[in-house]
Amino acid sequence: MNLMKDRLLLIIFACVVLAAPLIFAPTGAAYPDLLQRFAIYGIFAIGFNILFGLTGYLSFGHAAFLGVGSYSAVWMFKLLSMNIVPALLLSIVIAGVFSLLIGYISLRRSGIYFSILTLALAQMCYNLAYSVLTPLTNGETGLQLRLDDPRILDAAGDAGSLPSTNFFGLEMKEVFWNPTIFGYDLQFNWGYYVCALLLILSFWISIRIFRSPFGLILRAVKTNQTRLNYTGINSRPYTLAAFVISGMFAGLAGGLLATMDPLAGAERMQWTVGGEVVLMVVLGGMGTLSGPVLGAVFIKYFENIFSKINDGVLHGWFAIMPEWIENAMVLIVSPFVGKGWHLTLGALFMIVVIFLPGGLVEGAQKIGAKLSGANKRAAKVGIE
Amino acid sequence: MDAILLQVLNGIDKGSAYALIALGLTLIFGTLGVVNFAHGALFMIGAFVAVTVGKILDISKVTLDPVRVDFLGNPAKIKTPYVTEWFGEFGFWMIEWSVLVSVIVAIPVMVLIGIILERGLIKHFYDRPHADQILVTFGLAIVLQEVIKAVFGANPIPQSAPELLKGSLDFGVMIGMAENTVIYPLWRLVYFCFSDLIIGGVFAFLRFTTFGMVVRAGMADRETVGLLGINIDKRFTIMFGVAAAVAGLAGVMYTPINPPNYHMGMDFLVLSFVVVVVGGMGSLPGAVAAGFLLGILESFASMPLIKDAIAAIGLPSIDQIIIYLVAVIVLLVRPRGLMGKAGMMED
Amino acid sequence: MSKLIMNRRGLLKTGAAVGAGMAMPTILTAASHAGYTNAPTGSTVTLGFNVPQTGAYADEGADELRAYELAVKHLNGQGDGGMMNTFSSKELKGNGILGKEVAFVTGDTQTKSDAARASAQSMIQKDGAVMITGGSSSGVAIAVQGLCQEAGVIFMAGLTHSNDTTGKDKKANGFRHFFNGYMSAAALAPVLAEMYGEDRNAYHLTADYTWGWTQQESIQAATEAKGWNTVANVLTPLTTTDFSSYVAPVLNSGADILVLNHYGGNMINSLTSAVQFGLRDKMVNGKNFEIVVPLYSRLMARGAGENVKGIFGSTNWHWSLQDEGSKAFVQSFGQEYGFPPSQAAHTVYCQTLLYADACERAGTHNPCGVAEALEGFKFSGLGNGDVEYRAEDHQCFKDVLVVKGKENPTSEFDLLEVVQVTPRAQVEYPADHPMFAGGALGSCNAGG
Repeated sequence: MNLMKDRLLLIIFACVVLAAPLIFAPTGAAYPDLLQRFAIYGIFAIGFNILFGLTGYLSFGHAAFLGVGSYSAVWMFKLLSMNIVPALLLSIVIAGVFSLLIGYISLRRSGIYFSILTLALAQMCYNLAYSVLTPLTNGETGLQLRLDDPRILDAAGDAGSLPSTNFFGLEMKEVFWNPTIFGYDLQFNWGYYVCALLLILSFWISIRIFRSPFGLILRAVKTNQTRLNYTGINSRPYTLAAFVISGMFAGLAGGLLATMDPLAGAERMQWTVGGEVVLMVVLGGMGTLSGPVLGAVFIKYFENIFSKINDGVLHGWFAIMPEWIENAMVLIVSPFVGKGWHLTLGALFMIVVIFLPGGLVEGAQKIGAKLSGANKRAAKVGIE
Repeated sequence: MDAILLQVLNGIDKGSAYALIALGLTLIFGTLGVVNFAHGALFMIGAFVAVTVGKILDISKVTLDPVRVDFLGNPAKIKTPYVTEWFGEFGFWMIEWSVLVSVIVAIPVMVLIGIILERGLIKHFYDRPHADQILVTFGLAIVLQEVIKAVFGANPIPQSAPELLKGSLDFGVMIGMAENTVIYPLWRLVYFCFSDLIIGGVFAFLRFTTFGMVVRAGMADRETVGLLGINIDKRFTIMFGVAAAVAGLAGVMYTPINPPNYHMGMDFLVLSFVVVVVGGMGSLPGAVAAGFLLGILESFASMPLIKDAIAAIGLPSIDQIIIYLVAVIVLLVRPRGLMGKAGMMED
Repeated sequence: MSKLIMNRRGLLKTGAAVGAGMAMPTILTAASHAGYTNAPTGSTVTLGFNVPQTGAYADEGADELRAYELAVKHLNGQGDGGMMNTFSSKELKGNGILGKEVAFVTGDTQTKSDAARASAQSMIQKDGAVMITGGSSSGVAIAVQGLCQEAGVIFMAGLTHSNDTTGKDKKANGFRHFFNGYMSAAALAPVLAEMYGEDRNAYHLTADYTWGWTQQESIQAATEAKGWNTVANVLTPLTTTDFSSYVAPVLNSGADILVLNHYGGNMINSLTSAVQFGLRDKMVNGKNFEIVVPLYSRLMARGAGENVKGIFGSTNWHWSLQDEGSKAFVQSFGQEYGFPPSQAAHTVYCQTLLYADACERAGTHNPCGVAEALEGFKFSGLGNGDVEYRAEDHQCFKDVLVVKGKENPTSEFDLLEVVQVTPRAQVEYPADHPMFAGGALGSCNAGG
């Protein structure tokens, strides 16, 4: 029964992801760059949820793995080849090694001590990457491709311009289909579909982990670690495994960011980015399967679309109203959009934590349950 | 020798800011058991109370200058602050000593903000997991700082110390060293004394008053104190107000040291948590000791001599990461921090 | 007054026409029939203004945005025309660019390379912007410049001062009007030597990242050429907020000058600390101790308050200049917003006009045509004297201002006074100067 529901969920999820360029068209978010960010941060959040959602260990340091993944991928592009496969593999491996190291140290403690340890270690990585490790990271500017990079596996290309990242010849940024459907000009590009397939794969892995005995032990860590230890199970190897898995997801996400846009900046490692993935998971619904992806989409939508609503756009929205109402509306709304998008995000986040501890997924379930009039258990189907 | 003396002086001064913030954080954690990520924001709001007071004192009557013109060719405006018009000399004195005025204003304002926060928000999170407390106060910190940014802008707003306390003091001469070897700004010494006063005050309050005794009892065993018929919740609310006031005063007094900006709270937040964790969650002496310790270590790490020595053995400069490094080492060697108690925050 | 509001509304609506695309489909990209990215097909042409709206530089970004809106207004024939009237090239007629009305979209760089690239990318892919401009830090400028090169649009840099932007990270599609670290140093050093003497010992505090390093390298070389001795160069972490432990040892080091190679919040805090320590009241080696801040901006001066009084530095432009172009711009900006423009506002206004003019002269929006029109372009009347966009590295060469914190400011905007306008010849350098070596422009990319 459960298996069937999981399959159904996976199929629905895959359909939504694959049709995203069409689905998001009415929201103004259906352009390749943002769609890829949705998918990539979705992967990041799915991975983080395996640690935070299951074990309850709140890490503020996962940005470090995202950054490490990006740096490794860009170095592969510089040295070896513009093909994304070696780059992604290296990002996952290096992020795995880093997370093993940081996880081994931080997991010696729990609770707030664990959070502060991850925060401290990640800030160390960020500070080092920003300045003293500049030969490796190119510091403030970020690691970029250059015309004179060796790229030993690639054939010499056009001398005047940089080569683009590709998957065995399929260029990531190439738009392969550009139809007009329902009046919307759609762009389907390879980069998004690479990310989308990896997102679906990640989602599937996440389902498998949630349903496995391993996942059960991780949940037990969250519920009552002491009792778990009394039953003779040493929980640390399991939490460490969860930590490393989530670190590798973060590395994959970092690598994918680099395949989309071959630049790795130190800001990616700042603790606020680590805080952002916490926001994503909590906003969407921690411990749920689809919540993290939802949260990631939500926050990236805010960052990229909400922040672009300036006064001019607002005047456009309210133009049909009489002038004084128009001006008043703009005055009221403008602190919350455009340059005020942080404020709205923070307030929204607080509301979710206070009233919807289960995140947007719980909210959707509640609404769903109300609408269908069905009992609570039926509403939970498919998501939990 | 003089270089070391200088950095010790510098370190205890930096440390006094850390200690003050960590003290407030620990008060909240120790009494209410709440991990307050918005504590840095309270520090920042304190600083902006000072900015607001400065702005209010500066509200001026505008008259047009008959001779001079501004950049557009319109008559230039002459501003006379109303306070000077109303109070004369005393008005000028208030503008000059606006930091002191701000301190007086900040105490009730911050206590009120603290109580509103506790009653309105934090109260509902006593029984929620620590992760939820961190998240909701983190959200609160973002909201508070964005509101301040919307009102005051993103650029730092300078506040000056009173003329009398602006200069620097030549310590070296006082203890018989050459001139200019050990000098220190007066206002930073004021800050140091002020924070010692506050820290001493909070300790004395908890130690020697009945109220403090009850609160300490409540920190140790909340339920038993409740069973004795004492309304411990009310006292804890007041303690939250006190902690907010401590953070706010730290912020007010900090404004002449560095011009306040809306994100200074976040800058101090990470640091103050590191201080608290190094000191040991819930231990007031631990928080203060760790504050001073980290301040001094940070100062030493930034000495050119030490930077050079570390560069010579091929390591990256340590002042970037010293605070975090110390935190990691302390937590691994002494898992509960320097003075932490067993069982605190270990779930 | 009501006329002014009408104009503003009109302008805002033009902006809205494109911005509203958030909820509407837009016709965009891959307009390959025209042979270049985002070739404008309708009656409007869209520019992307990518400035920091959150984070520490948000106020600087807001000022840039004001200047952009003013420039758009002037290009579309509203307002008094500002510097279009004094600009030496007379191609701009106030009918938009090549007869198409100018519309714009705005974005938030957050002063992070990542966010800035995401924002620029959305302008290119979603809104069909044919030119991206803005920014308030060199890291962001270099990152966005790289993106524009790959996407095939023109990048007109905003406030970016690092040598690298037109040095080792220069790009064929990127153009910088703002000056750089080398020019600051070349303009400052002679003035400093004249004011403070040639036998000085300088102590450098330098922000530990790319811009800080290039700035320090430039100023050290320039002052040493004038006979100064460099006592020490101490790197400070970017995240430092309290500089006291770096400032404390300065007085006892034998130095009699402190050079603060810091920008933004770093500079405000380090200068405040230095003044608190009473450095400026001290005598060392028989000379008055002095502090120098190589790069000034008005927002920094406001943030540091009275601490800037009497301290030397350099800027790209200042509103108190009395040439026709500057006067026209200050008048126009002041009428609109009620206070004088900052140097950031000035440079982005110029960049917008220069771009529009290049399109007119090239007769196309095609980035390669525009780039060709900009390369080697000589002009005047934009407030910096006779200026040239050098073809070899896309850097503007113009006069540099040496300024000093004003002793008796008359308003919160009147904080700096111009000490000297250093002529262009004195700050010029060969395109293959070692501080700028290591990169290549590559060839222009029109995308498509």
